[in-house]
Amino acid sequence: MLMKNEYDAVVIGGGPAGSGAATAAAKNGLRVLMIEKRAEIGSPKRCGEGLSKSAAERMGIKESDPAWVCQNIKGATVYAPNGKFARVDFPDSEGWVIERKIFDKNLARKAAEAGATVVSKTEAISLLKENDKIIGVRIKHQDEEMDVKAKIIIAADGVESKIAREAGINTTLKHEDIASAAQYEMANVDVDQDRLELYFGNEIAGGGYVWIFPKGGKNANVGIGVRKPFAKRKAIEYLNDFINSHENLKKGSIIEFNTGGVPVGAIMKNMVTDNFIVAGDAAHQVNPIHGGGISESYVGGRIAGEIAAEAIKKDNTSKEFLSKYNDIWWNERGEKLQKIEKLRKVVESLKDDDLNWLADHLKGEDLVELSKANKFKFLAEIMMKRPSLLLLARKLI
Amino acid sequence: MIEVNKNKCLRCGGCISLCAVSALMLTEHGIKCDINKCVNCEACVRFCPVDALKIKDE
Repeated sequence: MLMKNEYDAVVIGGGPAGSGAATAAAKNGLRVLMIEKRAEIGSPKRCGEGLSKSAAERMGIKESDPAWVCQNIKGATVYAPNGKFARVDFPDSEGWVIERKIFDKNLARKAAEAGATVVSKTEAISLLKENDKIIGVRIKHQDEEMDVKAKIIIAADGVESKIAREAGINTTLKHEDIASAAQYEMANVDVDQDRLELYFGNEIAGGGYVWIFPKGGKNANVGIGVRKPFAKRKAIEYLNDFINSHENLKKGSIIEFNTGGVPVGAIMKNMVTDNFIVAGDAAHQVNPIHGGGISESYVGGRIAGEIAAEAIKKDNTSKEFLSKYNDIWWNERGEKLQKIEKLRKVVESLKDDDLNWLADHLKGEDLVELSKANKFKFLAEIMMKRPSLLLLARKLI
Repeated sequence: MIEVNKNKCLRCGGCISLCAVSALMLTEHGIKCDINKCVNCEACVRFCPVDALKIKDE
């Protein structure tokens, strides 16, 4: 057995948030255990697998690695409901479609190389408490249960997190704040291999969008996210209809099928309690307009790991001290994501006619800036030219 | 009480995040519903991307 009975920090979950936390905590001198309930880190993915160069830089990745790059991306094509599209080149910030199964494992390897102990097929059963104080976690490795003591628990256990709730932090999501997603890995499809394709429309993907992300050769990651307040049908029904109505996809084969829940809002003010931090999808650290969360999770995890190390060095793992994590994360990412959530609320109120009209008035470059929380005023000014959008436009300012 | 169609469920766990009473659990045998906690609100049913969940008549 690889595991000891006591660590400074136990990280629950081996996705990008967990690896970000474990790497930072171990680098800063902590004895760290990272557990992953599934047998394989990185699988199954619940993701479109797009990663921009700027997001990778936030994760500290300066160079791409052919091991996880499936396809270099030069731009995107965004389709309005009527089929009109805006094409954009990403001049300085191109990106990649990646292989999450390899990418996530590489992040976990980095955590291990930094000194963390990483163990898969090991799940968190419940928190250990003494006089109401969190003192560790009961885990199950294969079929063996054991108690592991820790000064700090970092919950990076994904959208299905229950550990945070057990710690008293309510992470329950409402329908409007979680996308219901389905995704196929497709082979033998003819798609633009240089660009991401995004399709919007209330009949295409109520409260979300369809994506086609090229993965090299004749492969693509084709998926959808919808939200219940806006969607009339199930995610998989919309997706199958979309594929069946596009000849270039219809002829393809499905070599992998995944589903998932993607948090797209409900950004949390407080993500800590005594001896406990929550990060990543479990803390809703996702871009609310496109649902991208690889870098958000990793950065959230990294900050959590750094603060955990500082707290343990200062022998103060109280909620008050750990709330420094809230402050730093909100300053680095939260403010921006909350602003983007505002944009999401405006976009979801648009009817197909409005989306078609906007497609005539916005350039691809504008869409990229908007997804980064820039140019809101510019969008508001355009919307104000259309009387029916006047009230909505004010929400942007 | 929620019934899970195991032929449809991919065990993604998305439904758990919507359960306000923590009645759902992702186990190695799939999604499990705790009959003592479930209040039949159907939030998970409406969320499920593949229509794998339904309310079971007791």
